[in-house]
Amino acid sequence: MLELALASNFAGGFLPHAMTMLAAGAPSLAHLGPLDIAVIAIYFVMVIWIGFYLKKRSNTSEEFFMAGREMTAWIAGLSFVSANLGSLELMGWAGSAYQYGILAAHWYWIGAIPAMLFLGMVMMPFYYVCKTHSVPGYLKLRFGQGSSIVAAFSFAFMTVLMSGVNMFSMAKVMQIVLGWDLNFSIVVSSVAVAAYVALGGLRSAIFNEVLQFVLIWGGALLVPILGMIEAGGWNGLKLKIAQNIANGAIPMGDYTHMWRSMGHFQDNPMGVHWTGIVFGLGFAISFGYWTTDFLVVQRVLAANSLRSARMAPVIGSFFKMAVPFIVILPGLLGLVVLQNSDGSLMKLVGENVAAAHPELHLHTYNDVLPLMLVRYCSPGLLGLGITALIAGFMSGMAGNVSAFSAVWTYDIYQPLINKKASDEHYVTVGRWATILGVVISIGAAYLVMGAAGIMDYVQALFSFFIAPLLGAVLMGMFWKRATSAGGFWGLLLGTLTSIGLFAWVKVDPSALRYVALSPYAKDMAENMYRALWSISVTFIVIFVVSLFGKARPVAELDGLVYGATKLPEEEPVPFYKNEWFWTVIALVIFIALNVIFW
Amino acid sequence: MESKEISIWFFIGVLLTIYGVMILGYGIWELVTGNFANVILKELHAPVWWGALMLILGLFYALRFRPGKA
Repeated sequence: MLELALASNFAGGFLPHAMTMLAAGAPSLAHLGPLDIAVIAIYFVMVIWIGFYLKKRSNTSEEFFMAGREMTAWIAGLSFVSANLGSLELMGWAGSAYQYGILAAHWYWIGAIPAMLFLGMVMMPFYYVCKTHSVPGYLKLRFGQGSSIVAAFSFAFMTVLMSGVNMFSMAKVMQIVLGWDLNFSIVVSSVAVAAYVALGGLRSAIFNEVLQFVLIWGGALLVPILGMIEAGGWNGLKLKIAQNIANGAIPMGDYTHMWRSMGHFQDNPMGVHWTGIVFGLGFAISFGYWTTDFLVVQRVLAANSLRSARMAPVIGSFFKMAVPFIVILPGLLGLVVLQNSDGSLMKLVGENVAAAHPELHLHTYNDVLPLMLVRYCSPGLLGLGITALIAGFMSGMAGNVSAFSAVWTYDIYQPLINKKASDEHYVTVGRWATILGVVISIGAAYLVMGAAGIMDYVQALFSFFIAPLLGAVLMGMFWKRATSAGGFWGLLLGTLTSIGLFAWVKVDPSALRYVALSPYAKDMAENMYRALWSISVTFIVIFVVSLFGKARPVAELDGLVYGATKLPEEEPVPFYKNEWFWTVIALVIFIALNVIFW
Repeated sequence: MESKEISIWFFIGVLLTIYGVMILGYGIWELVTGNFANVILKELHAPVWWGALMLILGLFYALRFRPGKA
């Protein structure tokens, strides 16, 4: 997923720390009262209620897998963002903001907004008009069965594995923050997700994602508001950060500017260069995730019209731009307001430092959001904040299993196992695939529990497919000459390039200087440049192989390729309902944010 | 969406209303009894205004999108 680099850092480092803390008998960060427990319990009752209520609306495959294609632009748009807004991202990026400053906001702005707008304005018409049920389904229509099967298997496999990894990480978070039993967290959350997705299908997943989106804001928004009051506003925050740097309380660095330190790899603590941010993150990774990862695209495909489908990512982009307010800002505030019990400034440390000194009970970067919650939230509000974290986790998991269910049924089961079954049969297969996805996720969670070291590999595996898939979809969508063989080999060789580069750096860490083009590059730069290399290989292979093949007749490409498709004309609407108007507004805000925090 | 289906905004309204009542109720209890939770900026009475805000939003959505409303 897009937040792979961080998620990997977060989860990979989080587990040893978790084990250490538990071994040392460290107290949990927060203690929930009856009111907090009631808030959490009511949330679970609500999501199950929604699942049961929507069961009667998920009888056909169109209803179960595509939510009947009845979602409004607002619902599809909020669900689109919510499926991505997992709790690990919330906590991990808040920790990154504490560590790296506002640089972390790149993953929310340039690492999301251009791609979301491109999906809505340019790519969505093709996805929507060809009536595909999935992204692998689009590849099947455009390039044939081979490319589709490669994409479907890789997506299905990695989706449930990622779901399991996230499930385990979340259970660990609950164990550390609240002292909850690991098995209890895994079982309760997965049973709830399995129940409401298997019952109500995509419609239920989408409804719950919108609910969860509201809860995440309701639970987390209070922290930056109170934090800014305590810090004395943005100027007060900047002043206090400068004072803490001068005192030597926090490391030297530019915590409040996004681009000034991007001229050289060695000028910023992330060890990245602006070319990596713009082309690697802003194009290869971001476009790959937001425009071809079926987990998020499925939400938009459920829209009730082409205009809604185009509008949904645009609506989502506004909320995505606002997320740093509840994620990045609390991390920055943690640099100046968090205090030890004796009143001194609390210094959070890396996972390795905390693990090396278990007797000191040090808090890590990833603890910053829970620490801020505990600092400001009284009973009830604390429960709401914790519910927001649980809701974030569940929306991410529901996204994974509902997407897995659709891809399994349409792109694996139907073409390879049972081509001509009844519609009812495929719905049943979809329901069981949902439960199967959750069961495999639980298995993966316990697998990770047994061997924490594999987590880094599992998370990296997901990134192997994103950039090559983007390359194949873009070439297929915008070049009529691209052939089936080109699509297949481009996808395969692009993926192998990504895997090869990952393995090279694993075996010989000094190889990073070649992959990321600088001896000063760090881990985050590796992901960006690896994605750039793999998408470049995909483009080149598709181009070269297609030149030697026979292209499909243009008439067969209607609805699939730019220049060969007559898009349906949309009825004129007032400017304030037009998707292009809001796209321009979103772009202006996006540019303004980058200039303000330059 | 078909009008006969309960809107997601109704579910959200119900949940926000319940949470609003609980959090506002706790905030008022704090004010009345003087037993404030040991949190920073407790003098701002966040449970009161945040709970009230959730309650108002919740009631608005629950009523605006209540089942059966045309």
